Amino acid sequence: MNWSVITQNLPLFFTGVRMTLTISFLALLVSIPIGVIAGLFRVSRFRLLRVVSAVYVEFFRGVPLLVLLIWIFFVLGRFLRLGPYWSAILGLGVFSGAFVAEIVRSGIQSVPRGQMEAARASGMTYLQAMTYVILPQAVRKVLPPMASQFIILVKDSSLVSVISIVDLSMVAKNLVATTFRSVEIWTFVAVLYFCITYGLSQLIAFCERKFHMDH
Amino acid sequence: MNSTMPPTVSQPMVSIRNVRKKFGDLEVLKNVSIEVPKSQVFGFIGPSGAGKSTIVRTVNALEGIDGGEIWVGGVSVHGPSTDLNRLRANIGFVSQSFNLYPHLKVLENVALAPIKVKRQPPSQAREYAASILKTLGLEDKMDAFPTRLSGGQQQRVAIARALAMEPRLMIFDEPTSALDPELIKEVLDAIRGLLATGITMLLVTHEMNFAREICDSIVFMAEGEILETGAPEQFFSHPQTQRARDFLSAILNR
Repeated sequence: MNWSVITQNLPLFFTGVRMTLTISFLALLVSIPIGVIAGLFRVSRFRLLRVVSAVYVEFFRGVPLLVLLIWIFFVLGRFLRLGPYWSAILGLGVFSGAFVAEIVRSGIQSVPRGQMEAARASGMTYLQAMTYVILPQAVRKVLPPMASQFIILVKDSSLVSVISIVDLSMVAKNLVATTFRSVEIWTFVAVLYFCITYGLSQLIAFCERKFHMDH
Repeated sequence: MNSTMPPTVSQPMVSIRNVRKKFGDLEVLKNVSIEVPKSQVFGFIGPSGAGKSTIVRTVNALEGIDGGEIWVGGVSVHGPSTDLNRLRANIGFVSQSFNLYPHLKVLENVALAPIKVKRQPPSQAREYAASILKTLGLEDKMDAFPTRLSGGQQQRVAIARALAMEPRLMIFDEPTSALDPELIKEVLDAIRGLLATGITMLLVTHEMNFAREICDSIVFMAEGEILETGAPEQFFSHPQTQRARDFLSAILNR
């Protein structure tokens, strides 16, 4: 074992970490609104919205992320002039959004029916009842599965190296190719990924405590 | 609802005309008609499956209807152009399962609809909510979350939540059915307290003594039909139909 390959290349690893964090974060920002809207569509009383949401969820849940990234980069990305960076963010975002949508849907459906009825009986519109009564309760229920989903998103971001993004795992691959110190490098990279995801799960645990309901 | 209310004094608060409703093949309401004058208390009693809950739930359109019409304060409830939210804002509804909002404290439960639906200033809505809670004996529970309350307290909060909208009509759908026996009285007392305000009430209940005491009229239903309507004394002492006699003897001779 020779760990000097790590210490000598620390700046390189940190550019990789920075890229992984940026792409994951931006993909998260894409996946949350898409997921919330698709989740709300899924429980809508309008059939068209339910169908649109179901098609979106089933499609992006059913295609492997690797295939999706390559397809977006080479087909959609070329057509829309996206480039690898935005292709990666879009691909990760819509992929993760499909899972977020299912989490949001199950969160809304876990709120007892009587809550919507009581809110509507008091004269609230559907949107008001959703906003002030249903969603605040659903948020508390979806935080734990959301945490898992975001951790998966960070780990899945390691696939973006196939469309030539220099993220943490791409840095590792390149370094191994030139130094042949695969044991040290991949061990260190695993530790770095763990630090990121552990930090994320602590952050969400903090949110859970903050939102904790008194019952 | 005020603006749509014609100035006639004799107009009933609730007018249910030839209402029919089906769940699949099951006819749950068969040609039901009732007129409820203003400031009157109508008690709906009968065996389970009679359609009593269904009929009062059609009055604020929590249930749709398949035929007939329902008017509340001059507004056609199931009409095509009815502003249901505006109508419901004037109808208080209390169900057997309370359905308080668990993520909001008691005071916020009561003040939410006045703030969001009636767009009252929050401070004013909270002040009024607090005064209602006080009259219902809940002034020390205002900052508690609903799940910390007993069933009877929760149901009183639900009543306060309905009253905060200053409704013209109150609907109670089996308000004490989910309560432990020793908690029933406090909820009945809360309802009894409303009599002095002269508010119109529809009450579905299995509490026969209470119905006899506070109702102006009893509506006896079975199998989706109204079999008898009349003053409580008349109904409880001299039921006209065999079905009502059977029901009363089964209930009162427990």
